[in-house]
Amino acid sequence: MCKDCGCSITHDHDHTLHSNPQLNDKKTLAVIHKILDKNDVEAQHNRDHFAAHQVSAFNLMSSPGSGKTSLLECLHEYLDARYAVIEGDLETSRDADRLIAKGINAYQIQTGSACHLDAFMVHGALHHINLDNVDICFVENVGNLVCPASYDVGTHKNIVLLSVPEGDDKIEKYPVMFRRADLVVITKSDLLPYFDFSIDEAKAQLSKLNPDVELLVVSVKNPDSMKVLATWFDEHKEY
Amino acid sequence: MHEYSIVMSLMEQCEALAQQHKATRIEQVELKIGVLSGVEPALLSKAFETFKLDSVCHEARLVINVQPLVLQCNHCEQQSQVDERTIVCPICQSNKTTVIDGEDMMLMQLVMDT
Repeated sequence: MCKDCGCSITHDHDHTLHSNPQLNDKKTLAVIHKILDKNDVEAQHNRDHFAAHQVSAFNLMSSPGSGKTSLLECLHEYLDARYAVIEGDLETSRDADRLIAKGINAYQIQTGSACHLDAFMVHGALHHINLDNVDICFVENVGNLVCPASYDVGTHKNIVLLSVPEGDDKIEKYPVMFRRADLVVITKSDLLPYFDFSIDEAKAQLSKLNPDVELLVVSVKNPDSMKVLATWFDEHKEY
Repeated sequence: MHEYSIVMSLMEQCEALAQQHKATRIEQVELKIGVLSGVEPALLSKAFETFKLDSVCHEARLVINVQPLVLQCNHCEQQSQVDERTIVCPICQSNKTTVIDGEDMMLMQLVMDT
């Protein structure tokens, strides 16, 4: 792979301006530039900000209603680490309000019509979050299994939630999202007896897309599973 | 529908490059879109046609080269291109592979009038 630009051309190729000999006024410029380069630079800036405060950041992604906010509401009973939450939704501050009611430091981003958070929006939110007494910052992305996968928001790890009622086939249907995950959390596991969700099938699909990913099966109503999740966060802190 | 946001970023890059090279017009924009980049080429084209009207790309033709996954197998050490969205090596069926290409979205080339 070309070390300069990441393209698949293995032999030497230059990244400079070529003139077309047939038409002197036309120039073909080989650019080879990531389209979301600006976002990636901003994401690194966010990571530097987290590092300066010794905070590990986790990006929570899933479809709407799979239990991201519920998980964050309950996690503080099990996690010793102090955490803040940046919430992303199209409208309302309901999610942040729910967390604040539990005494959790939360800030809501309203994206309007944007279907995902990007690094610039998270940067904006970080101006409203005091990270001095915080060990972990969760970014709860907009509920969507497609768009958020394309954007690095400047967190250290991606957590993708999949709830039992959604079905195990979502992994195969939304491969980009599950490929980006460092941890997949199957939520609402207390509903497993009532749905045809196969944990083995979920594992089989993940092994074809993202073999190094970890998988946890969790229900907020099952304290033991929440303890395992809390331990995972404790053991994966980095900055 | 994040294709609109992606096109906005692309237009910004095109504007900056046009200015840098003193181009008066961009004739062609060539992209490489990986099958696992999370972007739908048809939607991207549509977004480009909408947004280009107010930009230096207003007469530009968009060329999208869809990049299949290219895998380097860490088990049989063969390189292969796969059409499915899987990282399993088609030769030895191992999932210990490294994805070499097919996950990025890149601006590759601009043809411009100077």
